Amino acid sequence: MSLTTIAGHEVHVDDEGFMTEYDEWTEEVGKQLAANIGLDLSDRHRDVIRWLRDDYCEQGETATLRRVSTKAGIPTKDLFTLFPKKPAKKMAYVAGLPKPAGCV
Amino acid sequence: MRHLLVLGAGTAGTTLVNKMRRLLPEEEWAITIVDPRTEHHYQPGYLFIPFGHYSPAQVTKPQSGFIPAGVRWIAADVDEIRPEDNRVVLGDGSALHYDQLVIATGTIPRPDQTPGMTGPEWRKSVFDFYTLEGATALRDALAEWDGGRLVVHITETPIKCPVAPLEFSFLADAWFRRRGLRDRVEIVYVTPLDGAFTKPIASKRLGGMLEEREIRVETDFYVEHIDNDDRLLVSYDEREIPFDLLVTVPLNMGAEFVARSGLGDELNFVPVDPANFLSKKWDNIFAIGDAADLPISKAGSVAHFAVEVFAENFLHHIAGEPMPIRFDGHANCFVESGDGKGLLIDFNYDTEPLPGKYPLPVVGPFSLLEESRLNHLGKLMFKTIYWNALLPGRDLPLPALMSMAGKKVPESESEEDLRKEALL
Repeated sequence: MSLTTIAGHEVHVDDEGFMTEYDEWTEEVGKQLAANIGLDLSDRHRDVIRWLRDDYCEQGETATLRRVSTKAGIPTKDLFTLFPKKPAKKMAYVAGLPKPAGCV
Repeated sequence: MRHLLVLGAGTAGTTLVNKMRRLLPEEEWAITIVDPRTEHHYQPGYLFIPFGHYSPAQVTKPQSGFIPAGVRWIAADVDEIRPEDNRVVLGDGSALHYDQLVIATGTIPRPDQTPGMTGPEWRKSVFDFYTLEGATALRDALAEWDGGRLVVHITETPIKCPVAPLEFSFLADAWFRRRGLRDRVEIVYVTPLDGAFTKPIASKRLGGMLEEREIRVETDFYVEHIDNDDRLLVSYDEREIPFDLLVTVPLNMGAEFVARSGLGDELNFVPVDPANFLSKKWDNIFAIGDAADLPISKAGSVAHFAVEVFAENFLHHIAGEPMPIRFDGHANCFVESGDGKGLLIDFNYDTEPLPGKYPLPVVGPFSLLEESRLNHLGKLMFKTIYWNALLPGRDLPLPALMSMAGKKVPESESEEDLRKEALL
């Protein structure tokens, strides 16, 4: 757990750079986080991120890819296009949510 | 007379009715268990069937032998739960009233959920080993197989017994070596995770064991479909993995009636309080074992420890008191590694599998996260314990909650090595 500055805001992050405080996230912070992993956010990205943040608020945990595809109706294939290679992690990272708990 | 109704007579449900029948006075509580299956399978034994170590008969016993006197068993399917009426509707349309309900219908492999999985190659070159039929068909296929590319694949997490595909890979490697076939077999381990296992220290150890055995690992692989014509696994990001023999772990889902009853998440698992298994929606419905959405392995050991916690808590719950014990997610699993050896892992919601000794510090006798002959013998011995002590709900000399005694937390210098480039 450490403090870092993203887009001029002080935010708490874990060892892997995932934000740990839900309320420290802003659109600007999200944009910078996306840039950190080489993503330029489109409206489509922003829809996914908004849904993820709302869902986290209700559920208290980061949605899995399956949850996003079934509940938000965004096909998994699109998630791989928007957030290449590791969509579950990348979405969580940009949305300022904890890394999805890899189920054991 | 009040009524405890339990749906599902697998490990969790069967153990639970045995324990509760002893704890609840017969003149106050009736107990009913509903499950259409007439046989109880020792599911950890499925792993050994493809290699001929166990026969199907060795992992099967009549269900009736495990339902205690004083518990009514109804061999029927469940159609729907109507929580607002405290009723369960069975497949034949009849209904059962309950005061307290426990959903213990587990998790079910669903090959039908991946396009192409149950295509023309199903049980020809595409197999599962999480069913007795699948494990037996795979045994017959392996006996005839003279080499090529074996792909061991996990569709999506969570899965039941998450170490089983690793164990299968280790056992396959040893089996091919013994038969003098290993140099004609390429083994590839394909996972949606970013490593061999989810937790860093165990993932590194188990990943190293795959490497030592020259088993290649393909990570972050989400299968989109299986191409039957060219025998390919195809991922959402358009990677293709050819196979001659595919051993897949299909998507795991909870029972369909859970979804029909409005009680499930997107995979039909029941959202519960992880501390006490009470439904997040209804205060007289519990889900225990694999059927629940607990953030821990779906495994018999978890079901067993969970039932112990449940039994004590339930007596308080029905007395209108708060439930005193908080389940910690305790899991432990023997991991077969081939050549008569195995590992043991012991962990919970908060503590990842660590090296050390179990159950006693220093003397063990079992070694954690380390291969030993004794761990393998422990795994074999467990079958007898399962039939004779665990299912009948007898107390085992293992604490339900995890202990740190005997565990060694590695120096933090290694932590940096364990972390991967998580995102790029």
